[in-house]
This record gives sequence, structure tokens and C-alpha cells, in this order.
Amino acid sequence: MSTFGSTYLPAGLPIPVSEPDGLSAPYWEGLRQNRLLVQRCCHCRTWQFGPEWICHHCHAFDPEWTEIEPRGRIFSWERVWHPSHAALKQHGPYIAVLVELPQAGHIRMVGNLLGDPRQEVRIGASVAGTFEHHDNAHPTFSLLQWSLQR
Amino acid sequence: MPRPGYERTLRGRVAVIGIGETEYYRHGASPDPEFKLALKAILSACADAGIDPREIDGFSSYSDDRSEASRLAAALGTRQLRTATMQWGGGGGGCCAAVANAAASIVAGLADCVVVFRSLAQGQYGRFGQTDGINTISGERAYLMPYGVLAPPQRFAMRVQRYMHEHGVRQEAMRAIALASYHHAQANPRAAMHGKPLDPGKYDASRWIVEPFHLYDCCMENDGAAALVLVSEERAQEFRQKPAYLLGAAIGSGHRAGAIPHNSPDYASASFETVARDLYRMARVGPADIGVVQSYENFTGGVVMALAEHGFFKPEDANDFLTVENLTAPSGRLPLNTSGGNLAECYMHGFELVLEAVRQVRGTSTSQAKRSDVALVIGGPMVTPASNLLLGSEAAR
Repeated sequence: MSTFGSTYLPAGLPIPVSEPDGLSAPYWEGLRQNRLLVQRCCHCRTWQFGPEWICHHCHAFDPEWTEIEPRGRIFSWERVWHPSHAALKQHGPYIAVLVELPQAGHIRMVGNLLGDPRQEVRIGASVAGTFEHHDNAHPTFSLLQWSLQR
Repeated sequence: MPRPGYERTLRGRVAVIGIGETEYYRHGASPDPEFKLALKAILSACADAGIDPREIDGFSSYSDDRSEASRLAAALGTRQLRTATMQWGGGGGGCCAAVANAAASIVAGLADCVVVFRSLAQGQYGRFGQTDGINTISGERAYLMPYGVLAPPQRFAMRVQRYMHEHGVRQEAMRAIALASYHHAQANPRAAMHGKPLDPGKYDASRWIVEPFHLYDCCMENDGAAALVLVSEERAQEFRQKPAYLLGAAIGSGHRAGAIPHNSPDYASASFETVARDLYRMARVGPADIGVVQSYENFTGGVVMALAEHGFFKPEDANDFLTVENLTAPSGRLPLNTSGGNLAECYMHGFELVLEAVRQVRGTSTSQAKRSDVALVIGGPMVTPASNLLLGSEAAR
């Protein structure tokens, strides 16, 4: 995985960076190091994603970043045919999935489903995450992608 | 306890006295810049009402409309400006909220004559459906765009897919919504798709934009502007047109609907559960009282959800209820998007739907519904804040 040419989608799409206030910086830095970090409140143990400065359940500030295993199940999906960006012209279809992580309070994340873009997709299927590094991008970044668990 | 005789409501307190729009163009085809489109629509609405534009003392819009209130007031030479409201976020979800905010200004005594409008020249400022020219991105879109979840079709398809999965909704239900909009557009000379009918075969054969949306499940992109003039009920009868009274309006969304990315607890929803309840309470009507509906189609799937959340059918019955026969004027069970709506009249960001509801109440639609004393508008679905409103005739007030 990793270098230019081995990514699921072609280069040239918008590059994710943290907000100027740094709210999501630990998440993006975690992905660079093959670690999935999400927030969990150390007072009431509520899971939270995307990140926020406060726990939505007990209002404690600065919920703790906690490493979790990247596995979950497909909550929803879509197969995209129309290119909404110049980088995707002539690329063909691709699959985006919304993955639910039951072991982390059922938080959800969007990614791509690796493999045949024309495969049948089943809501509820188990998936495991892999880290996709874009080392030639400026700035460099990493994504979390998903594959069906056999 | 509220004071006796004092009720916090918009019900029957304001009326739409004039409506107007520019010609509706394909995106990029407007010969006029966006601000000029706004001015033309506003003057047209004033002419319809028979009111001097200098009497306007407020402007209300949504989705960060670029035609700013003070510039409009200066350009039109209005005597004074007393209210300038912008609905926060939600894109086309704000099309009814803009009316509600204007109405609230009038009822509260802040202003007397407020124009509500939307102007949009996608040719001049860039299309919603294309996302080029972004190098880095942060916030919600950072979790989506690098994965190719870029423009509205990809941002909403997974919600609809989940809804179809949970309730067994079939493609045919979405197709019926597209067919009804196109059917009504054939009677409407303003409609961009006038003279371009749609049939089931053409829908089925159309390309996928993103599964489960075919081309015809997606709204158009257009240039144009639309406006209406709102005054208090005391003055409603002074003008040229039959007034359309605001029976109620509501704004918002449920618990943590804004949890990004795609983390709202009630994910497979159009955001109307709480908003529909608030609307019906204020207007003192229920779904059975409503004769005609304009429901914002960003995507047909959102309309399925929005209608169910407004109580017209249970999600499980969507396939039975959503047929072309049921959705077409004059005599369907629930005539829907009788101007052609966002799919086939014009994507005026939903404001064309508000104008069409006024026409239904006046009895001047090109696809008039048999029952049109109480007309519902549902703003953009699957966003937050969403909004809706009900208009009614003098008799329904």
C-alpha cells in the first residue's frame, strides 16, 4: 500500500488536513502512523466521532484520544459512476462505504471498499481497515480504507 | 403561563401578496449576473403585488445568498432597512426558514414589508455538482472528499441506500416522484424541462450518477432568481392578488443531526421528524388536511423520506403510495411538485417550490390541484437545519 499509484482513487482529490484550531490533528496524525484514534470521554466513557472539543454526553472538555482496532460492519454504501472531480474523469465506478464500529459506541466512518468496484455490497458485512499512505502528496496524508473480512 | 389572548405563533399573521421570478436558465446560460437576477425577481414580485418596491423594509434569504440585503436596499432605493436575516446552513433546507424568519420579523414588529428571495447564477460562481480547485480540506469534508464523496449526489446516496434497506423501499417509488415532476413540467411553460417529457423506460435506461440515483433522481443546476413579498395580515387585502396566508412554519432537526461525518443517530432520515411535528402544531392541521405538496427534490430518495416523516404514509407503505397516479394533479391523492420542482421546473434552490404553493392557493397553477386551500412546502431534506411551511387561503385561515 502506500506509494503513488497504489491508492484506491487517483491522486488529485482534496487532501485532508486538520482545522486551523487543531481539533482533528490527532486523528490525521494517527493514520500516518497506522493507528486509528477516536475520542472517548474519560469521565462518562462515551465514544465520539467526528471529534469535538466537548463530550456531547457529559460536557467534559477535551475527550481523550483512544486507539481502536479498525474493524466494523457496512452500515451503508454507494457506487459512484459520475465524476464530480477532474481527477476522476475516465476513472470508472468506485465504492464508498459507511462503516459502523460496534466496539466503539457504533461510531461511523466513511471510506472506500477495496476490491472489485463492481462487486455486490451487503449492508451488515464485516470489514477490516487498512491504512493507505499518500507519501507523494503535498502535504502527505493517510486514509483508512476497508476490505471485506473473509 | 402565557397572557390571555397571547399566542406565540405565525398562524394567519402574515400573507404572501406577490411572487416573481426571472426566466429560468440552464446553469451558465443566464445573460445576467446573479445580483441583477435578484433585482429582476424582486421587482417582478412587487409588480405582481402592485406595491412600490421602495416600501420594502426587509430582506430574508438562505444558504449564504450573495445578493446582500444592504446592497439590494441601496440599489432599489428603499426608504429604510429594518430587517436583514440569513438562515444559517443547511443549503436548500433553508428555503422555508427564510420565509419563517421574515414572517417572525413582521409579527414581532421589526418590519412591515419583507422580501424573501434566492438568486443563483451557477455559471458565474461555480456549480454545486463539481468540486475542482480544492487543494486541502478540513472539517466535515475532510472525512469525505478524499474518498470520492465529493458533491451532493455522493453525500446523500448512502442515507437513501440505508433508508431503502431499512424499509424495503424500491427504485420504482423514487421513479414515480421523478415522473410526477416531469409530468407537471410539461404543462408549465416556465419549466426548463417543458417539452422534454420523461417515461419509465427513459428513467430506467438513464445512467447512474451514484447508485441508487439515476440521472433523473437528481435535481438540475440552474441560473435564475425567485422572490416573494410578505406583509402582515392587516394589510393583506390591500393588494392586487388573492393573499396566501402563512399557516405555520418550522425549522431545525432532531438530536445531534449535525454529528459529522455521517454520525447523526437518526441517519436514514430527512431530518423532519421534529420539524413536521412543530409545523402541524402551529398550523393546527394534519396531513389529511393538506391538498397539495411541494417537496424539495435534491434527490428523489429524500422526497420519499420527507413525505413519510410528514405523515402521508408509513415508510413500509412507500411503494404502494408513491405512484404516478397518486402524485399528479388535479385528482391524485397527493399532487406533488406541480410546477415540475427542482427536477424539471428549475433548481432555484427550492424557492420555486414556495412560489408554486402560492399559485396553488391562488388557484393559478398550470397543474392546479383539486384541493388547494392548504398547501405544504417541504424544504431540502437530509440536511440540518431543515424547514417547512404551510400556506392557506382566507378560508383556511
